Amino acid sequence: MRELTYAQALREAITEEMDRNPNIILLGEDIGVYGGVFKVTEGLLARYGPERVRETPISEAGFVGAAVGLAMTGKHPMPELMFADFAWVAADQIFNQAAKMRYMSGGRVKVPMVIRTQQGGGRGNAAQHSQSLETIFTHIPGLKVVLPATPYDAKGLLKSAFREENPIVFVEHKLLYATRGPVPEEEYTIPLGQAEIKRAGDDVTLVSLSRTVLHALEAAEEMAQEGVSVEAIDLRCTVPMDLETILESVRKTNRLVVAHESHRRLGIGAEIAALVQEHAFDHLDAPIERVGAMDVPIPYSQPLESQVLPGVDHILEAIRRVIV
Amino acid sequence: MNLDKRDLLQMYKMMLLIRRFEEQCVEFYKNGEIRGSLHPCIGQEATAVGACYALRKDDYLTCTYRGHGQALDKGLDPKEAMAELLGRSTGCSKGKGGSMHFTDPDVGLLGENAIVGAGAPIAVGAALSAQLDGIDRVSITFFGDGAVNQGAFAEALNLAAVWNAPIIFFCENNLYSEMTPIADMVNIEQLADRAAGFGIPAVTVDGYDPVALYEATLAAVDRARSGGGPTFIEAMTYRLVGHMIGDTEPYRTQEEVAEWRARDPIHAFPQRLVDEFGVSQAEIEAAQAEVEAQMAEVVRFALDSPWPSADEIAQDIFA
Repeated sequence: MRELTYAQALREAITEEMDRNPNIILLGEDIGVYGGVFKVTEGLLARYGPERVRETPISEAGFVGAAVGLAMTGKHPMPELMFADFAWVAADQIFNQAAKMRYMSGGRVKVPMVIRTQQGGGRGNAAQHSQSLETIFTHIPGLKVVLPATPYDAKGLLKSAFREENPIVFVEHKLLYATRGPVPEEEYTIPLGQAEIKRAGDDVTLVSLSRTVLHALEAAEEMAQEGVSVEAIDLRCTVPMDLETILESVRKTNRLVVAHESHRRLGIGAEIAALVQEHAFDHLDAPIERVGAMDVPIPYSQPLESQVLPGVDHILEAIRRVIV
Repeated sequence: MNLDKRDLLQMYKMMLLIRRFEEQCVEFYKNGEIRGSLHPCIGQEATAVGACYALRKDDYLTCTYRGHGQALDKGLDPKEAMAELLGRSTGCSKGKGGSMHFTDPDVGLLGENAIVGAGAPIAVGAALSAQLDGIDRVSITFFGDGAVNQGAFAEALNLAAVWNAPIIFFCENNLYSEMTPIADMVNIEQLADRAAGFGIPAVTVDGYDPVALYEATLAAVDRARSGGGPTFIEAMTYRLVGHMIGDTEPYRTQEEVAEWRARDPIHAFPQRLVDEFGVSQAEIEAAQAEVEAQMAEVVRFALDSPWPSADEIAQDIFA
């Protein structure tokens, strides 16, 4: 199968969906001539013109708000937040407007939009350009939240996001854009809310998402050398969340580690741990372990940042704790 | 002026309906039928009616939590509006939104909004939608004087200007930013002056003159429909009641309220129709009787409507 980078896979999904649905409108900073800071929208301005690939002022609240208005009137906007950290600037429009408009209107309006953004650290971008915010997006009812880890998933999930009639927060990771992986030529989509077992195993269930999946697979490989069989699950979406796949795995392995790059406090790991003890307490043979970023702002200096963000070693330590 | 006697009577009837609707809301609030937040537009009916009379049904509109008037004038059924306020299943939002979230896409009402300034960028998006469709629909966003100090509002003005969006920014300057004089919160005389910095033409109008409001809005609407871009209208108005029920109003004098009350368009306008436009007293009285009958029906419908069922709680989150 041919290989594409994560960025190419995303671009292909956007292109195919824009060809399919003339109502899709892109809005964002530097997404036209420049092609976006991570080059995901490169070439789209030339292909679709400035009406559909709309460069905006540095004005997140304004253009996300305009996207809400476009969505309520028959368009399917894709506002791009250059860094997930900028979601705070547009927070009212995301959390109070897009997420709640349908409910507040008793179902009278739809808000079909895909807020594309990227998050995560590891590049020394410091505290205002390195956050992982899926917990926040997940907490507020009314948003679906998607975090692809591979080029294949990036394309298939983004295409599904465009087929939804709901506000979707589509969260990429800045260190995944250059990663390569198989992406078939033929059309495919991946339903939102289906986790994927990336590696089957019997001894420990390891749930992760976004770039942490790559760390998880590395850790699973290393544990295999030591004779421990890890079942690695990529959550892929936090809303809707595929709890069933996790429970099924835990009922088999009786041990669970959850790893993510967002802060540990109240993170997805905390939520999954709570859900698993509610639904499968009798199946657990060890306390559930959570791996996440330390609860501090993401520091700039490399040795500091690499301690704050969870890596393969942190996951290995957690696995070793649950298999004792 | 292209308003004939029938138009003017219709405008009067609408103003009166809004006033009666709001008075009924206050009554329902005081006896506990309406809960939460209620921000009556009593005293500001003329802005809603004058502006909305210049719109088509398919035009888009966003407004604020003081937006019952605009919502009704845009075409929201007052029965559904009152049922919504009483939290009933027949409400325009099935009882899930309440006073601050009237929405009816069938008449272009894209929502009141409980966040100050938030409706402006949404209305710009709707205007852009119309522009992309190549049809001469326009969008209008109503906001209070307080909204001009919000960031999202400024961003909306700029986006509308750079996109040449067919939109009217309609400021109801009632002199008070909630419970604080707007004069203390800005360093300019007229809020319309803000528009120049965004390259948007602006006009200030008497917010107690329905005809002047209609004419100013119509000019802005015509401009937007013909590709001329956004306009900022500042209407000088006044709310004759508190910001919300229970407002003790220490920030303004009774004399000031009395001065504006003497000009209350709900009384001045019908008198003007008789004096200047050949409307008879009998026609005024007939309009009043019609509104009373309609309101009786509105109240009966709302009170007779069922509560929403618990099954509704988790509905309407996702499409």
